[in-house]
Amino acid sequence: MKKIIKYVMTDILRNRIVLFYTLLLFATAFSMFSLEDNISKGLLSLLNIILIIVPLVSIIFSTIYVYNSAEFIELLVSQPLKRRSIWLSLFTGLSASLCLAFLVGAGIPVLIYQANATGFLMIAMGVILSSIFVAIAMLAAVKTRDKAKGIGASILLWLYFSLLFDGLVLFLLFQFADYPLEKPMIAITAFNPVDLGRILILLQMDVSALMGYTGAIFRDFFGTYTGLVFSFTILFTWIFVPVWLSLRKFNRKDL
Amino acid sequence: MIIASNVSKKFGKLKALDDVSMTCNRGECIALIGPNASGKTTLIKTILGMVVQDSGFITFNGNNILHSWQYRDQIGYMPQIGRYPDNMTIGQVLNMMKDIRGRNEDLDEDLIQQFGLNQLMAKRMRTLSGGTRQKVSASLAFLFNPAVLILDEPTAGLDPLSSEILKEKIIREKQKGKLILITSHILSELDDLVTQVIYMQEGKVLFHKSIETLQQDTGEEKLNRAIAHFMRK
Repeated sequence: MKKIIKYVMTDILRNRIVLFYTLLLFATAFSMFSLEDNISKGLLSLLNIILIIVPLVSIIFSTIYVYNSAEFIELLVSQPLKRRSIWLSLFTGLSASLCLAFLVGAGIPVLIYQANATGFLMIAMGVILSSIFVAIAMLAAVKTRDKAKGIGASILLWLYFSLLFDGLVLFLLFQFADYPLEKPMIAITAFNPVDLGRILILLQMDVSALMGYTGAIFRDFFGTYTGLVFSFTILFTWIFVPVWLSLRKFNRKDL
Repeated sequence: MIIASNVSKKFGKLKALDDVSMTCNRGECIALIGPNASGKTTLIKTILGMVVQDSGFITFNGNNILHSWQYRDQIGYMPQIGRYPDNMTIGQVLNMMKDIRGRNEDLDEDLIQQFGLNQLMAKRMRTLSGGTRQKVSASLAFLFNPAVLILDEPTAGLDPLSSEILKEKIIREKQKGKLILITSHILSELDDLVTQVIYMQEGKVLFHKSIETLQQDTGEEKLNRAIAHFMRK
């Protein structure tokens, strides 16, 4: 398994897109910190950009990569290797490379300007989100044979997690404005890892005071030890479940 | 060595394999022939575990191959269309396969030398012509001295000289007592190679005969005439 990870990683790291992604993150992070005079304001702007870019690049790049590796996968399947280890190596290689790109691109500037709990939480969140979206991309890629359809599905999934979900939540909030929705909201956040990440980081910052009563409820829940364990369990479930589903599908796939 | 029992596979509505049963033993050289889309490649891919059958089972040396992978160590496979990672060079692909199989000695590099691939090691797979790709596929299939060779249209796209080299290599391996499975449309090429013939049509095995019985049954010397005899019926 180690050998396949090695080949996947060398292949990806040679790819110019990943290099470009690293540089983009690096440039964005530095400019955000130097544009704002207040460092935590800079971190907030960076957070919003990262929550858009990281899922987008992770999901699209991984989907295309999986489709482009069809030959490589076919070659490996005819060799004495377990399908399980081929697929898991592909996932590990992809997520390790994208996490590495994030760590270099965004991790270094954040550590330079904001080496505290908030900064570390943000780096951890970027790494986890990268892995989650690689996992979702692999599920989308294994489900559809057609490349165009698969990439379309990935873009729709990203749209859902980044925009549509928030729209749906707002819609629900307005429709049921007469009911106390603060507690169910906590459950609803579990359905979107991007939002969960955003809330966890915002609560570390002073701006959470601006979020009103819901913010207070969130702080009560996510601020506690159980809340933190709950959210990280949810985030890891978001990695584990898509990988497991895609692995099940890949094990029975005809090549 | 390889036994398939009642293997069926459907792709949507199309029955690619319909209740296929066959037995292949060590030392045999079997030609798998039949019209286009008769299920030859699907059968080969099922033996390799690349396609998972809907029903029936295949055993390799007495072990069911379903969910098993170690047995592929004893198979050399040359696909119909060899597809390799575009960015890798020939040398890198060869090294990667050696690395993955964990074998660096006891290699059979005859074909690499005879095809003159040594001079092309630094070429990227993307830039190769169809014939050169076939040469790489063939070299990879024979590289690890496997007990079973599965060759899907081995000479398609090769120039006459190279296909002669490949044929001689196949004969040498046959004499070592290996099991060889070949599919081909060029029947005249198979004449001096094969000992048995499996004829497939629409996913079914129509017959599995040794070449002598086939000659007796049809009264024809040459394989292509014998098969034509059957196809006319």
